[in-house]
Amino acid sequence: MSDRHTLPISEVKHLTLDKPLPLDCGEQLDGVRIAYECWGELNAEKSNAILICHALTGDQFAASENLVTGRPPWWSRMIGPGLPIDTDRFHVIATNVLGGCMGTTGPASDAPDGKPWGTRFPVITISDMVRAQIAFIDALGIDTLFSVIGGSMGGMQVLDWAVQVPERVFTAIPIATAARHSAQNIAFYEVGRQSIMADPDWCDGQYLAQDKRPSRGLAIARMAAHITYVSEEALKRKFDRGLQDREQTSFSFDADFQVESYLRYQGHSFVDRFDANSYLYVTRAMDYYDLAARHDGRLADAFVDTPVRFCLFSFSSDWHYPPSTTREITRALAAAGAEVSYLEIETDNGHDAFFLEEPLFEDALAGFLKVNAGKRGI
Amino acid sequence: MTRQVSSRADHKAIAERVPEGARVLDVGCGNGDLLALLVEKRSVRARGLELSGELAGTAMSRGLSVIQGDADSDLEVFPENGFDFAILSKAIQHMRRPDMVLQELARIAPDVIVSFRNYGLWSRRLSLFSSGRMPGHRLWHDEAALHPSTARDMVELCSALGLETVAMASVRDGRVGAFRDSGLSRLNWGADEVILHLRRA
Repeated sequence: MSDRHTLPISEVKHLTLDKPLPLDCGEQLDGVRIAYECWGELNAEKSNAILICHALTGDQFAASENLVTGRPPWWSRMIGPGLPIDTDRFHVIATNVLGGCMGTTGPASDAPDGKPWGTRFPVITISDMVRAQIAFIDALGIDTLFSVIGGSMGGMQVLDWAVQVPERVFTAIPIATAARHSAQNIAFYEVGRQSIMADPDWCDGQYLAQDKRPSRGLAIARMAAHITYVSEEALKRKFDRGLQDREQTSFSFDADFQVESYLRYQGHSFVDRFDANSYLYVTRAMDYYDLAARHDGRLADAFVDTPVRFCLFSFSSDWHYPPSTTREITRALAAAGAEVSYLEIETDNGHDAFFLEEPLFEDALAGFLKVNAGKRGI
Repeated sequence: MTRQVSSRADHKAIAERVPEGARVLDVGCGNGDLLALLVEKRSVRARGLELSGELAGTAMSRGLSVIQGDADSDLEVFPENGFDFAILSKAIQHMRRPDMVLQELARIAPDVIVSFRNYGLWSRRLSLFSSGRMPGHRLWHDEAALHPSTARDMVELCSALGLETVAMASVRDGRVGAFRDSGLSRLNWGADEVILHLRRA
């Protein structure tokens, strides 16, 4: 553990669900803890709540510093007073997903026997994560969310909210996401999982009990995945074949190239803040996601008569969830007669573009929220 | 809306044809000027389709519901009779297949409004005759209409596709004439641009 850590995870803001949570695998979880953060006031009608759904390695600290790791908020560009997700107008809530490792129940939490779950934790799905969020929003006494917003895996949760409880979602903003994992998506995450499980310190998933961490395996998993989050153009722009602190190649396996050094940094800086088993479970949940499969392969059927107003975004250089996947969701929504907007942002920032400076994306999202807030009387 | 609504005469004329509260699809909606006008003056349920990300993004930032997409390939996803009106303002001649686009529009909405540049205008006829060059755009190879057509060409195509012309108006020097149900020959001779209100027969 690094010395940047400022608070034990057990002390982050959380709520314990009073009912057991049924899971898609057939099991159920008792006493699920949901770790969360919120910003801005909930109005008297409780009509101005927005739920932010985080991506694979994200957490509930979307708009304020992570109290555990000391890292800056991951979406401070977007959430705050006067920003597109305006905390002067909206009550913004973010939870850590089920299976996560920032305070919500997951494989690193203690099982009923007092020992860490490890790989004894049941395999969860995106719908299970959303079911936990719905129970959490119930516990807050909020009936309808003004909006559910999220990118990447967060976007899958947004779609699932709109399908599970359409009448409780006024607007939905899925960003750089897919209604199903492609074979390529599954393949990259399988490389990650295998590298974690190949690390001897993984100890068959019981590393916490043995006070070990499969850090090398987790770092490689992160490196492999990270390649898919950045575009070829951006890698070329930033590094090309540039050498790291040297004039010529060293005829060794050191990090000669800047891109190697960059990836190694991405891997190493990840292992202090993320649990390896969580990585297995959460990537598995994404692999299992296939919204159309529940509707005989017809995605449009998932959205028939939906009252939800959708606004989707994709980024031109994203090859993790390329624009074609988001366009497919848009076409399904249009075919279902849903009110839907869709914009593909021209950028070389790749999949991670939604965390970065993209003025047209921010303006369009702000415009969508503002007009719909008017309709909702917020 | 954060921006002034459109003051373009052809937009105002199109808005006159659209009843209060109608469901409208504006194909090639650009930055959303016409949709914003329709929302303000007619309280329509407005939806736009626009190919350019820059323009679609601008329309969305005004709070309009816009899908970035290509009329030549994306119209097929909209459900039959999903709208009351489909509008194609100054875009039809820029489509790869105007006939297929019109056919899709007729499927999506019972009422269709198209506006376009009339290559039958006497001065354009004269210009081709006298100069031996394509009228209007000097950039015939670049930005010009893919399918230059006259008012008569368009009315005949629409008719063949089962779209009856219920009213037509001319636009000249930024002014729109009255909508009439006849007088195609005069329109074809004298109108710079033409607005057709079509209805599925």
